[in-house]
Amino acid sequence: MRTFIGIDLGSTTTKAVLLDENLEVLGRGITNSRSNYDVAASVSKQEAKIGARFTLFRQALGSGGGVELLLEVLERNFRLEQFLSGLRQLEETCEAYLEDPRFRDVKGALRQALSAVFRRIEEEAPGIYAPGADRKSDFFRDIAGSRFMNLSESVSRESGVAFDAMLNIYDKSIIDIESRVSSDETVSRQLSNGLSRALSEVKGAGIGEAGARAALAKALECGLEETYVVGTGYGRVRLPFPKEHIRSEILCHGLGAHMMFPGTRTVLDIGGQDTKGIQVDGNGIVTNFQMNDRCAAGCGRYLGYIADEMKIGLHELGPMAMKATRSLRINSTCTVFAGAELRDRLALGESRADILAGLHRAIILRAMSIISRSGGVTDQFTFTGGVAKNEAAVNELRKLVRENYGDVTINISPESIYTGALGGASFARRAVLA
Amino acid sequence: MSQREVVKSISQLMQKEMIGRNYDRITGGAAKVSSTFVPGNLNELLMCFDIANNLPEINAIQNAMRKKSGEMITEAERAGHSEDVCTYVKADIGMMAKGNIAPNGKPFPDPDVLLLSYTGCFTFMKWFELLREQYKCPTVMLHVPYAADGRPTRNMRDYIVKQLKEDVIPTLEKVSGIRFDIDRLRGYLRKSAVAEDDLVWMLESSKRRPSPIDCYFGGVYYMGPIFTAFRGTDEAIEYYRLLRDEIEDRIARGLCAQTPDGDMPEEKYRLVVEGPPNWTSFRDFWQMFHEAGAVVVASTYTKVGGVYDYDGFRHDPDHPLETLADYCLGVYTNRSLPTRVDMLVRNLQEYDADGLLINSIKSCNSFSAGQLVMMREIERRTGKPGAFIETDLVDPRYFSAANVKNRLESYFQMIDQKRRSGGSAASAM
Repeated sequence: MRTFIGIDLGSTTTKAVLLDENLEVLGRGITNSRSNYDVAASVSKQEAKIGARFTLFRQALGSGGGVELLLEVLERNFRLEQFLSGLRQLEETCEAYLEDPRFRDVKGALRQALSAVFRRIEEEAPGIYAPGADRKSDFFRDIAGSRFMNLSESVSRESGVAFDAMLNIYDKSIIDIESRVSSDETVSRQLSNGLSRALSEVKGAGIGEAGARAALAKALECGLEETYVVGTGYGRVRLPFPKEHIRSEILCHGLGAHMMFPGTRTVLDIGGQDTKGIQVDGNGIVTNFQMNDRCAAGCGRYLGYIADEMKIGLHELGPMAMKATRSLRINSTCTVFAGAELRDRLALGESRADILAGLHRAIILRAMSIISRSGGVTDQFTFTGGVAKNEAAVNELRKLVRENYGDVTINISPESIYTGALGGASFARRAVLA
Repeated sequence: MSQREVVKSISQLMQKEMIGRNYDRITGGAAKVSSTFVPGNLNELLMCFDIANNLPEINAIQNAMRKKSGEMITEAERAGHSEDVCTYVKADIGMMAKGNIAPNGKPFPDPDVLLLSYTGCFTFMKWFELLREQYKCPTVMLHVPYAADGRPTRNMRDYIVKQLKEDVIPTLEKVSGIRFDIDRLRGYLRKSAVAEDDLVWMLESSKRRPSPIDCYFGGVYYMGPIFTAFRGTDEAIEYYRLLRDEIEDRIARGLCAQTPDGDMPEEKYRLVVEGPPNWTSFRDFWQMFHEAGAVVVASTYTKVGGVYDYDGFRHDPDHPLETLADYCLGVYTNRSLPTRVDMLVRNLQEYDADGLLINSIKSCNSFSAGQLVMMREIERRTGKPGAFIETDLVDPRYFSAANVKNRLESYFQMIDQKRRSGGSAASAM
């Protein structure tokens, strides 16, 4: 079948969306690969195709009982298969680095230590993907990295092998792994293996094994032709395709927001390194926009920096800020100064939650200024980008929008991170079927 | 400038030679020297006293294009000037602190007089206050009332003429030792008007499709002689005649605008630009436009040294002092926001432009104040899209190429989208 692909190369992650001819989303893919933009584009595209396989699988299964359950279980088991195969590749790559002459004297001990770490991660893997398991990130590097770090510390203590050497080998190897894009064959195999695991997990739930296998075979048979690919985002000029396949992310975000919520007239996108206020007409066409200018305070990175300063995960910021009893006034002119202010407030004994609430307000105040310069908020208002997932930021935004613009419908899609890619894919479809 | 070879026309080479000659005159030691500003530049009057005309803004621009302004600004900041001060000022102060070397490599002499034409930019006063402190030379201020209601009044004109008679001319006589001769002034003004006719022809040549010139990046070169020490001279007449011949030739050959990288192969977008250009990355900035096929058909920065097209002003030798007053009242920086809006609306319509781009300057509050309001109003009146970018005059730290390019590309694509959908974007999907 013909597919239309949008790839959004962001500063933090790369996203891809696959559309069919009817503008239905077949699949979405995301990667945090930082090796280079070509690889990031290929990985996210492959991930979007995997999403498409799931969509096709669901269609082939029909609406029988247990379909949702099977899909959920397959998803987890497929990710587990993917993780295990990534882990095998990582181990092989680490092995290859052992040949480095500087490890000559400790090669044997290092190999044993590494092997011990990998065996333990393998043992832990089913638990990581167990039903209801809490994963802080779904990216291979994050999961494998944190487990490797944790386990090699204890293995190093037990075996006397230098922790630094293990870490060094891991750091080199993970970069190689990230540069690999799974082939279609590998994905098919992982899906088949994942289905076998899934079927044994749901045994007795009334799902026919033969039917499920036939449905998967049908989903895998379907050719996904890359009819047209459009790239957007900061890395767009590096994409390996012609200039006419490249669209500005402002236009893509405008159109993407319109695709998600056709009533959209104002879009706020807070990404890693920029904040955009976009006005669109009834067809998703951009009529005006403003972006942060010479400074990235007020962007996603502001929160990333604060999380680093507080030594907590980015995803923990919002929930912690939600526990605030009051909001402190924090400056929003400079990310680094905000870090200094944070330390100052902590030293004065202010609670972390209250400080964080102030920081979230600061970032949204900056965004409000950009929106107002782009022409203000017109009903409906759609909030996109990574920061739209942060509950505390969303709360502040709702408050400030109500104070300044009254009652306005505020749309936030759970898939908002894909807005730019969705817009790109829509442009791709339009380029062929205008 | 970068290493790429620059394509230059004969008029450009002539202008380069003229500006070089003026620097040689300023630094030569024989002539008395005045420092003054481009807006409200009274070149014909200075010529009546054989005073050489040195323009600090032009020095700052020259230094920026030679990639020297950055270190000069740092020097001025070290001397206590805030980061937010106009960077023309800081480049000038920094240049003085670093030996006051002119672009021709020779030291600038201390000026004999500071002629402060105050035409809407408050910073001018503070700037010359600093220079007066440094040089301890006679300073004369010509106070030009702000044309707040759009139309200068008779009183305003009389007030300026009175200052010229009672203050400016006597000071220049004293500094130069030359008696004022009004007929000499008339002679220069007559020449100004001749060059100004060709200048306006040049500005309006960009109404054609394709436009034979770029009236922002190219325009600032074309304005050089008339904005600096050559208004009222035979050389300016000759320069604008030559420029006109060149443009006529371009029109005859159907050429698109000339750029440092050669003629634009295709004209895809026609823009009107409000605000000064960035000088430190001038060529890269221009390249972002011409590579995309964008030509600037009209700009306001080419009006800061005098507005000649909007209301048909020409220097009038029959009313010599009054015409200098009218000239000062009419420069772009002295125009009210509604007048600026009206000028831009007319430019967008008469030059058949696709939209308005505002280059907002970080360190120039005088230009930047009100620009977003202007953009909204202009969009409303013309139905043409506006866009806003932010850079600086001569501070290299405030040119973020990736950001500017990103916004420009978005803007060009936005224009495409609007065109494809006939304005309302009905076929966007």
